[in-house]
Amino acid sequence: MRFALGKWALPLYTVLAFIYLLIPIAYTFVFSFNDSFKSNISWRGFTFNNWLNVCGEPGVCDAFGTSVLIGVVSTVLATILGTMIAIALVRYEFKARSQVSLLLFLPMATPEIVLGAGLASQFFNMGVTKGLGTVIVAHVMFCLSFVVVTVKARVASLDPALEEAGSDLYATPAQVFRKVTLPLLTPGIMSAALLAFALSFDDFIITNFNAGPVDTFPKFVYTAAAKGIPAEANVIGSAVFLVAIIAVVLVQLNSARKQKRLLAGK
Amino acid sequence: MAFAAFGHSGGSKSDFKTPRKTSVKVAMALLIPGMLYLGLFFITPLVSLVVTSLEVPDGSGEIGRYAYGFEISNYWTVIETYWPHIARSFFYALMATILGLLISYPLAYFIGVKARRWPILQGLMLTLVIAPFFISFLLRTFAWKQMFANESLIVTTLQSWGVLAPDQYLVGTDFMVIFGLTYNFIPFMTLPLYTSLERLDIRLLEAGSDLYANPAKVFARVTLPLSMPGIISGTLMTFIPIAGDYVNASSQFLGSSETAMIGNVVEANFLRINDYPSASALSVLLMAAILALVTFYVRRSGTEDLL
Repeated sequence: MRFALGKWALPLYTVLAFIYLLIPIAYTFVFSFNDSFKSNISWRGFTFNNWLNVCGEPGVCDAFGTSVLIGVVSTVLATILGTMIAIALVRYEFKARSQVSLLLFLPMATPEIVLGAGLASQFFNMGVTKGLGTVIVAHVMFCLSFVVVTVKARVASLDPALEEAGSDLYATPAQVFRKVTLPLLTPGIMSAALLAFALSFDDFIITNFNAGPVDTFPKFVYTAAAKGIPAEANVIGSAVFLVAIIAVVLVQLNSARKQKRLLAGK
Repeated sequence: MAFAAFGHSGGSKSDFKTPRKTSVKVAMALLIPGMLYLGLFFITPLVSLVVTSLEVPDGSGEIGRYAYGFEISNYWTVIETYWPHIARSFFYALMATILGLLISYPLAYFIGVKARRWPILQGLMLTLVIAPFFISFLLRTFAWKQMFANESLIVTTLQSWGVLAPDQYLVGTDFMVIFGLTYNFIPFMTLPLYTSLERLDIRLLEAGSDLYANPAKVFARVTLPLSMPGIISGTLMTFIPIAGDYVNASSQFLGSSETAMIGNVVEANFLRINDYPSASALSVLLMAAILALVTFYVRRSGTEDLL
């Protein structure tokens, strides 16, 4: 009996831990269907209206659009800069390696409030007006290191022999990069871009310090929280969640399939 | 590190250790744009923060107008005025980090060690661990606020059981803020723990029990020391953002004026009352404390492991 209990304790705990992790997600999802009036606090009945008329709440769709725009631009810039650094770190020998690693690590180890206040004080001292541009500058900065970490893992697992084979077959370095290195790195770069977008889209603290009048989705939610978040915000949050989770599962299934094919080939 | 498990499995198992290329020109061309960017928008802002923290009112009498100075006493004033907020931030961060570690370790152990035989289940569970990342940070924090609100089922039940006094509530208390901070940063703890437990060689555990160690001893002498890199990385990745957080502790979310942390003061002083020097001084103090922590970490494990 004691043995059986010991055997099941950990799986049972795991199930409970997942329930705990998922409760707020379920809550947000359920309350996106609430037939709420003004504030979305108590349950007043089931409706699809919030989903069908998301933009009915003033400002919420604009804020969402702004967040997507900032997310896309920041992701593209951070992914390009970050991938270049990751390739340099894994494939090239240079003296300042540990200093470069430290400079990349520090932004991840700095509390967001310090990053946000620091940039805001710099913009203030330089007389730069806060707006879309300052938010994007800030987002590229804090996404960059995370892109490097994610792509670096991929570059490190890439067999250099493949690139050597390319150059043995008389491809120029540029051709090797385009035809061999880049396609092999694509899954890593995609994961990095997904992560960068997720970080940018969900950022509140740094954005709040550098956005000025620009309203992003998290800023909208923060402002609304004082009197109750409208159900339309739950709709957007839930929809983004579903899209993201489907994207991650597809990426995982895809890499599992590729691995299987690779093993079968051997 | 923290995000190695994101999307695809990290390549640590099959790293190719071949001599690196030595073309300095190409390496520099790849590095310089990104490094320049971090120099301009990460390093200079920190310098700007230090400069601002030493400024003095410019004498015009207008709010939010400051001139360059070298007023070190700004720091003493800030420490004197805000020491409860400073102490509270580190207390909350410590509590939430310890709770996060206790909650995450068994979970990471199950995913990384027990579930090895079922890779698909493992992948699914990892996705569930990071699932909270995909719903807005503010929305999930607000969801907890609603569930623990004053007229909520949880609070009225606890009141009828006598756990809470009839006029006692949860939102706005230390408990609630620590609860929210713990919840929000669990993925940052679980992922690094998973990464180091996943590499744990099970034969070492078997060897331990073959040598008549009981399960508790095997855990204390084998599993725990081998997962130390994950513990260090996880505690750092949770403690730092928690110490600087101000969403959970703000009165719109789980806190009240009684729970204000360093971040709440920086936000209020910087964005609302335009007292830039005090907000900057507090940020610099927070950064200095975190840097001390990171230095300790770097001394232990070297810079190459940071990324």
